[in-house]
Parts: sequence; structure tokens; C-alpha cells
Amino acid sequence: MTIKNPWPIYYKKDVITHYCPGCGHGIVHRIVAEVLEELDVGRRAICVNPAGCAVLAYQYFDIDMLESAHGRGTAMATGIKRSRPDLFVFTYQGDGDLSAIGTAETIHSANRGEQICVIFINNAVYGMTGGQMAPTTLIDMKTTTTPKGRTARVDGFPLHITDVVATFPGVAYAERVAVNGPAGINRTKKAITTAFQTQIDGLGYSIIEVLSPCPTNWKLNSIDSFAWITDVMAKEFPIGVLVDRRRKQADAD
Amino acid sequence: MSKVFMSGNHTFAEAAIRAGCRCYFGYPITPQNELGEYMAANMANVGGVFIQSESETAAINMVIGAASTGARAMTSSSSPGVSLKQEGISFLAGFELPAVIVNVMRGGPGLGNIAPAQGDYFQATRGGGHGDYRTPVFAPSSVQEAADLTAIAFDVADRYRTPVMILADGMLGQIREPVVFPDPIGELPEKEWALKGRGDGPSRYMASLILDALEMEKHNWKLVRKYEEIAKNEVRCEQFMLDDAEIVAIAYGTTARIAKGAINRLRKDNIPVGLLRPISLWPFPKNEIIDLTKRVRKFIVFEMSTGQMLEDVLLAVQGRAEVQFHGRPGGVVPTPIEFSRILYREYQILQKGRNGASHS
Ligand SMILES: Cc1ncc(C[n+]2csc(CCOP(=O)(O)OP(=O)(O)O)c2C)c(N)n1
Ligand code: SF4
Repeated sequence: MTIKNPWPIYYKKDVITHYCPGCGHGIVHRIVAEVLEELDVGRRAICVNPAGCAVLAYQYFDIDMLESAHGRGTAMATGIKRSRPDLFVFTYQGDGDLSAIGTAETIHSANRGEQICVIFINNAVYGMTGGQMAPTTLIDMKTTTTPKGRTARVDGFPLHITDVVATFPGVAYAERVAVNGPAGINRTKKAITTAFQTQIDGLGYSIIEVLSPCPTNWKLNSIDSFAWITDVMAKEFPIGVLVDRRRKQADAD
Repeated sequence: MSKVFMSGNHTFAEAAIRAGCRCYFGYPITPQNELGEYMAANMANVGGVFIQSESETAAINMVIGAASTGARAMTSSSSPGVSLKQEGISFLAGFELPAVIVNVMRGGPGLGNIAPAQGDYFQATRGGGHGDYRTPVFAPSSVQEAADLTAIAFDVADRYRTPVMILADGMLGQIREPVVFPDPIGELPEKEWALKGRGDGPSRYMASLILDALEMEKHNWKLVRKYEEIAKNEVRCEQFMLDDAEIVAIAYGTTARIAKGAINRLRKDNIPVGLLRPISLWPFPKNEIIDLTKRVRKFIVFEMSTGQMLEDVLLAVQGRAEVQFHGRPGGVVPTPIEFSRILYREYQILQKGRNGASHS
């Protein structure tokens, strides 16, 4: 087999990744870089990267980048896009960033139908700070702040924020995918391509939730992490298109 | 342009638009709602952006986003809302991004009330968010000055790539006065550091994260050098009837107007009192006060707080003269008569001390 594009142009050369072995961030980074190239938007793109393991994403993406305060990515992206509608703007956020501290910004940017894309990495934990509970942590899942496993009584239930924003009329496209093997990775690329195209076509807000392995904090090897996504995580967070209003948005214009 | 009659809040907005501000983000809070409302009504006419954000936190982060593209961006709020903006202001300082933040102060702490107050001086002048930074702070005391300082604030923000705060209070926000606006500025020079997509050039990033402590220290000292430049060039203050003044009041914003009223009364009776009015609160007109200590024995600090600018005055005076304080916190607006009584009493004490000294 030959690799079609061995090194996407919007991925920096000669950098050593800081992500743990088997981490999903690196996989999604590569996908994003490929899609930026294939849709030819990298030259006018700005990525807002989060506080979280992807805080160093600017070491890898060879496009203009703005770091965000924890959770505020979609507010910053709003400011960029409204100020410069000709730019292609997307955020890249973890589940703590997007669905805990940044919930209000997530909800309201989606509800305003901002013309941005959101890449939402759901790894069910806070990776960067050492594996604490996230809003997405599964019931019974052990984390450093749920040492006996998450209980609904104390910590509530896993938060399905993408399903929530998918109900908003301003959201043009929402899909949940998983990097849990070659098929899942291909589907993730298709979903991100669709999301990016949605912004290029001026059809509104799109969000792609990616179930993504964090082998370090799950205390699994990378193969078992893939399997855990398929067997456990995807049962709580089913894969699929959550909403597709692109036609409707186009008709509305 | 001819004179118009306008409130302070509307004036901040109109002056910002004339200064080329094309992005305003804010969340309603009294006593500054008219500022956002004016932006909502007028931004679209100049092709600008107005968003009523979901919170003050979101607003300041929208400002960061817009500022990162080189736009002149602004947000405004009142005390509780400005507390929520502090994380974002710290990021602006770290990123070295220009922006203008208007705080129309009200009584506090907590929700406090909606009456004019000056309790946010520490927060404004000490870099109210986390980390080692400063924010230039300008304090207008009339509607005309609100217009003038808004234009200056945007220029200073761009020149030094720093967030700038305008510190007003509910009184200035609400009063209506005649004001003459400067003509709208033309095209602004392009900001070569702004993010605009890499195009065919190298990519750029703005990050405040500097994990290497030695590099972070370097960044901190770099910011300090910038703050030293600002301290050298951007001090502004008004000297009112100081030439022969034996007692000098120090007050800013609305309180300074009230103090002027008191001084005008006393001057009718030939009582030699004057006013030093800091217009820039940071950088503080420290040298001007030090100069005065060469001949003035007594200063009286008036504030609508329990004594915050007082500390800057004490730092400048360094024991070389007597410093008295009179404050009305919590939204109480003092009167000129109240101030004039205090000034007169202190003048009498000074006289007595002098006569006593000459007899001995
Ligand atoms: C205001 C604020 N609170 C807390 C933090 C610490 N912090 C940094 S990243 C993070 C959570 C990261 O988890 P997630 O968003 O799920 O991303 P991941 O690291 O798993 O990719 C936290 C709590 C911070 N930087 N700022
Ligand atoms: S801690 Fe988890 S999310 Fe962070 S780099 Fe390691 S594997 Fe990836």
C-alpha cells in the first residue's frame, strides 16, 4: 500500500510529538491537516486551540493559531469570524474544555449559528491535568477524582453535549465519530471534511465529536483503548450523524 | 463637528466608533447599559459588529478573538461584570493584544448597588487578573473627556499592544453634557502582527503558555520594559489652582468634579486650596505629587471608596507631607459642601499649627 499524502503541508515538519503513545489527538491532528489541504483552506485558516493536552497544537499545525483560555475557544472563534468573515475558523477542544468550563460558550456559539467548526475530542477524562473526571466520564469509570468509579448520585450522568447543541436550529451539522481503528479513522476524516465544507459553503455551525483514546489515563494499551471505545464508550455515546440541516440552511439563504 | 448633548455612556460608544472600533461585545449591566445599546443601534451603520454575549466572560474572549485579527475591539461593563473579565484581560496582556475595556463602576462588593462608586481602583490599577502585568487606566471626569480619552485609549492600546481600561462611574455614565467629537479617523495602518491566515507566508501563533520558566521570566521582563515606556510617556493629570495652594486635594473622575466645586467655593473666600486630578491612574502621576511635596504640607485624598488611590498617594508622598483621607464608599455621592468643610477644617488646623510654630 502507498500512502497518498505522506506529510500534509499544514503539518509542521521535524517536530517530535508530545502526545502519549496511542493518543487520539495526534491522529485527529493529522486528519485535520489533511482536510485543510484537500479543501484548500489552510492559507486562510485560524485554529483556536484549547487549554488541555492540545494546548501545544501550534507546534504541529502549520497554520495561524490562537490559544484560548480554558473553555473560551468558541467565544474567541466568534470574535475572529465576526471580525474577519473571510477567514476559515475552527476550534479544537477537549471534553473538559468544551462541556465543563466552556459549556456556556459552546451552547451560545452554537445557538447563534456562528459560521465556525468545532472539533470536539471526547476522551472521557481530563488528560492534561492527570486523569480527573470529565463531564463525559462514564458511570462506574475510575478516574483520579472518582477513585471508586463515577456514581450518578454524586457526580451526575455523562453529559451528551453534542446531542444538546444538535437540537439548535443554528447548528447545520453535528456528527459523532470515533478513532477506534481504520474504519473509524476514515469516517472521522469524512465527518471533518463535511464540517469544514459546511463553513466553506457558509451554511452555519458544525461540530464533530470524536471519541478518542487516552491510553495513559485509561490505563490501557493502545489496542485495548480502541476496543474500549468500541465496546464501552460508543454504547454511551453512539456513533452517527446527530443532525444535518445543511439543505435547510441553504434554502433559508 | 458641532456640539451635541449626550450621556457619558453614549459618548464612550460614539467616540469608540469614531476611533475605528468595529467590534463591540458586551453583556447588560447597570449603570452602563446605554453604551451597549448605542453600539447595537449604530455598529451596523458603519459595517461593524455588535454581539450581546452570553456573559462578560464570553464578551472579553470575543474581544480577544477580534483583536487577534487586528481589529479595534471593545467591551464595557460595570464592576461585577468587570470581575468576570479579569481572566481575559490577563490573556490580552500575555498575548500583547490591544483592546479597550470600559468599567462604569458601581457600589460593591458583591452585587452591591447601581449607584456611582470608585471601589474598583485596586482591581483596575494592579492588573486585576492573574499574573505579572499592568493595564493603563484612564479616568475621565466629564463627558467631553470621556470622548477624548476613548480615542486616546485606542491609540495607546495599539501603540503598546496592551489592553487599556477606562475607569468611569455610574455618575459619569448617566449624566448628559455638551460634547464635541473628533472627526472619525480614516484607515488604520495594518497591524503586521495580526493573525489573518498564513497565506503564502509562514504560520503564526499567539500563545500565552510558556512552559520554560526562564523563557516565561524573559517574557515578564519584556512586558515590564513596555510598562516602563508607558509609565514614561502616558502619565496624564490636571493641575487645578495649584500655584499658591497650601492644601492640595487629590481626586479622580466624578469625585474630582465635586472637589473642584468645593475648591471654587473656598477660593471665593481666598482659601488657598487646589486640586491634582490624576487622569491616568496607572501610570500614576507620582512625579507630579513628589514635586508638590517640595512646598505643600498637606494633601487630602477624596474618593468614593474606603481608600484605594490613597495608597498610591502615600507611596508618592513617602512621608514628606501629611496625607488625609475622606471617602464615601458604597454608592454615596459626596457634595461640594461636604468636601469644602473638610478642606476648610484642614486649612484651619494648618494655620493654627503655623501660628503656634511662629510664636514659639
Ligand atoms: C481556568 C482554568 N481552570 C483550570 C485549568 C486547568 N486545566 C487545564 S486543561 C484542563 C482539562 C483538560 O481536559 P480536556 O478539556 O478534557 O482535554 P484533554 O487534556 O483531555 O485533551 C484543566 C482542568 C486551566 N488551565 N484554566
Ligand atoms: S494524557 Fe491522554 S489525551 Fe493527553 S496526550 Fe496523553 S493520551 Fe493524549
